Amino acid sequence: MELIYEKSRPGRRAGRVPTYDLPVPEIPAELRREAPPRLPEVPENEIVRHFTALADRNFGIDTGFYPLGSCTMKHNPRVNERVVALPGFRDLHPLQEDEGAQGALELMWELQQILAEIAGLPAVTLQPAAGSQGELTGLMLMRAVFADRGEPGRNVIITADTAHGTNPASVTMAGFELGKVATTDRGNLDLEDLRAKVDDRTAGLMLTNPSTLGLFDEGIEEVARIFHDRGALLYYDGANLNAVVGRSRPGDMGFDVVHYNLHKTFSQPHGGGGPGGGPVAVRAEIEPFLPSPLVVRAGDGFRLDHDRPKSIGRVRGFAGPFGVFVRSYAFMLAYGTALKDMSDVAVLNANYLLARLRDVYDLPYDRLCLHEFVLSARTLKREHGITALDVAKRLMDHGIHPPTIYFPLVVPEALMIEPTETETKERLDGFVEAMRSIAAEAASEPETLKRAPLTRSVRRLDEVKAAKEPVVRHAFDHPAEAARIENG
Amino acid sequence: MSTAGYLSLTQADLAAMLEAIGVESIDALFEQIPEGVRFGRTLDVPAALPEAALVRHLEEFASKNADTTRELSFLGMGIYDHYVPAIADTFLSRGEFLTAYTPYQPEMSQGVLQAIFEYQTAVCELTAMDVSNASGYDGTTVAADACFIARHHTGRSKVVLAETLNPQVRQVVKTYAPGFGMEVVEVRHDGGTTDPAALAAAAVDAAAVVFQQPNAFGCLEPAPDLAAAATAAGALPVAHVDLASLGLLEAPGNYGCAMAIGEGQSIGNYQSYGGPHYGFLAAGKEFIRRMPGRIVGETTDLEGRRGFVLTLQTREQHIRREKATSNMTTNQTLLALAGLITLCWLGPEGLRELGETCTALAAYAKQRIALPLAFDRPAFKEMAFRTPIPAREVVRRAREHGVHPGYPLGRDYPGLDDVLLVALTEKRTPGDVDRLAEVLAEVTP
Repeated sequence: MELIYEKSRPGRRAGRVPTYDLPVPEIPAELRREAPPRLPEVPENEIVRHFTALADRNFGIDTGFYPLGSCTMKHNPRVNERVVALPGFRDLHPLQEDEGAQGALELMWELQQILAEIAGLPAVTLQPAAGSQGELTGLMLMRAVFADRGEPGRNVIITADTAHGTNPASVTMAGFELGKVATTDRGNLDLEDLRAKVDDRTAGLMLTNPSTLGLFDEGIEEVARIFHDRGALLYYDGANLNAVVGRSRPGDMGFDVVHYNLHKTFSQPHGGGGPGGGPVAVRAEIEPFLPSPLVVRAGDGFRLDHDRPKSIGRVRGFAGPFGVFVRSYAFMLAYGTALKDMSDVAVLNANYLLARLRDVYDLPYDRLCLHEFVLSARTLKREHGITALDVAKRLMDHGIHPPTIYFPLVVPEALMIEPTETETKERLDGFVEAMRSIAAEAASEPETLKRAPLTRSVRRLDEVKAAKEPVVRHAFDHPAEAARIENG
Repeated sequence: MSTAGYLSLTQADLAAMLEAIGVESIDALFEQIPEGVRFGRTLDVPAALPEAALVRHLEEFASKNADTTRELSFLGMGIYDHYVPAIADTFLSRGEFLTAYTPYQPEMSQGVLQAIFEYQTAVCELTAMDVSNASGYDGTTVAADACFIARHHTGRSKVVLAETLNPQVRQVVKTYAPGFGMEVVEVRHDGGTTDPAALAAAAVDAAAVVFQQPNAFGCLEPAPDLAAAATAAGALPVAHVDLASLGLLEAPGNYGCAMAIGEGQSIGNYQSYGGPHYGFLAAGKEFIRRMPGRIVGETTDLEGRRGFVLTLQTREQHIRREKATSNMTTNQTLLALAGLITLCWLGPEGLRELGETCTALAAYAKQRIALPLAFDRPAFKEMAFRTPIPAREVVRRAREHGVHPGYPLGRDYPGLDDVLLVALTEKRTPGDVDRLAEVLAEVTP
């Protein structure tokens, strides 16, 4: 389909800007724009049709089942969109005086209280923009704690071999060295390996629990002891928190720093890649280091506390992605104490899918799972040459978004499946039927699978070509070569 | 069974599912959690509310805020009350965009991939750069990203920030700096703008120089001279710009900048008490492989049709792990989509008119307000006035008259306690400016 730029004709337009008949002052010549930017010149109805056509070529949770492992693609309630659009929230300037923003501050303070209760840790910052920034913030906090204790030599953060790629990337960005710990064949951290690796240079552990295999670490109490006994800290990556809300709390497991993904557990819509929210909770002794400003109680009201001498500083503009807070708070209030049921049903749904698929796909870790589980297409590959990628692409023809594939890295031909709590049994059964029919097709018609998807707006795309000769912007009237970036 | 919140599990479902799993109860599924770390009580959280009560509860919070529909506001300093066109709301509420994940599966995601490609094109056009990422968190974190690129491109560890760069942007760069192994140096302003000679001196051995156009005081910097000073010292010039200004003001790529960054909120996003918004990061093509964040590229499918994919993923955390150019996974796609739609709605003419109206209103405010200007420099949409009493006190008094007159610069700049920063957008009218002038006259001696 055409780009919006290809629909442009000189002289057309949609919006009109008020001019108020005021004289327009001259911008100094050396600072003035000479050539106008080539933005599209398109009337409003054609803009509407263009983005409607793009929406038609996209697939969201609203379109169908989206069991993308580790991403927690749950229903995004529409009332959240209604309340976030209230003018008192939407049109509030972030530099409004605290007295003029009491409702916003109170909402944030309440959200902090609920998050603290869920994590079992007392102090919360809402500032980080996303889970990955929450990780970075948490690591900076750990660095600050050790600097404060006079132990700047603690420079190693240990992560599991099942960790999200974000963990090691955050470790590097925060200026730490990366250590790695192996996973046992039950999916727990290898305690012997840990004992050998944790020493006086260890700053801490970074862990998702349940892990990316969807398994709760059965030795977590001993893991915490190993680190704490050596004076190190534990960081909880909240990517999989949807498994354990009201069932187990990271603070009680022994974690000192926790980040939440408001866009996973608390239904901030993923928006095609964002926005998200990555609040961080900590033990009381780490509170002084939290980013500035922090929402605090002040008498009968609330204020932003900027006077935080030990703070690591600011990690993002203002007090955080406020619209995300409004949605997550509204989501929590729709459940109340039944937030536990949310996790219960998420775990039930995952185990149901696991039970119904284990005879047709390989199950590398044969245990009950929590909110997600990992299958392998290893046998399909060996016997029929059908890979996890082929299975994923064929699911599209069934109107289902594929699971996460080739992750975690410790499982070959991995298919990582997370149904979430908001799917009905009929929807889960439909997925089981699709997965079973694809497994059967792998034996009977493997060539069809290799060609899948057959029903989408495009067929398989040449990703190698895209990376080798990157074209990352429209070339306008020039030949395509003009926009091509040289391969360097 | 549970039908709380958004659940829909019936008794029959529960029985059938437990049987298929082969356990007696949901509790059995949680037995893998060691007893010592099981949570033994009910969560102490507010009680559940049905939808109508929930809306009412949130309306009560919202009613305690003085938003810009209820208070005549001239606040800016990085976030602006520009008009958001209706069609931006229309498409941000489309579930196909709203409820999709990052487009890892391109055959399911051509809509958002093409939209990001169009967004990247718009940002490149506005800034005169070769490449743009799919967005960053906000206008502060993209500055840290740009410094990271410069640090690795030049092998130098110092970054120079103009003091007239938004204070929050500078704070975030300083927070990130130790992890990147960077030191940060600031250059003082001279009469409201940055002196190119002072910048040139500071830029010796620096990886990057970051300045803002228009700057945090609303003044137009001698941007081409600043870029030239940085380049002469071997540092990469980085301009922090306002997309809303780029119909009128020269694009950073046309005066020698290596990178252009900024906060996108002024094009297509509501103020929303500070977020979520989108940051943009655009650069010359030589930086593409060091860029943090997602990038969408054009390619073809099996049948030779044009299509789009996330590309150059070998830079990214999920492939490269500890060697990645950043840890970023979530970006701000939906907010950037609002930006793209708004730019399509404005078109090149509309963007120029937007800039002209803001500049004209600013000039009108200068005429009408009986306070001296703090800095004698050309302006775009923001101006700093000297107040005879502390600016914070002016704000307090003016708000009693239903007018928020602007930002007291002393909050961030010691010594500027008597300076008030007033922002104009096309949503303010000459009548609004008259009202501001009246109130300021009334509340200042």
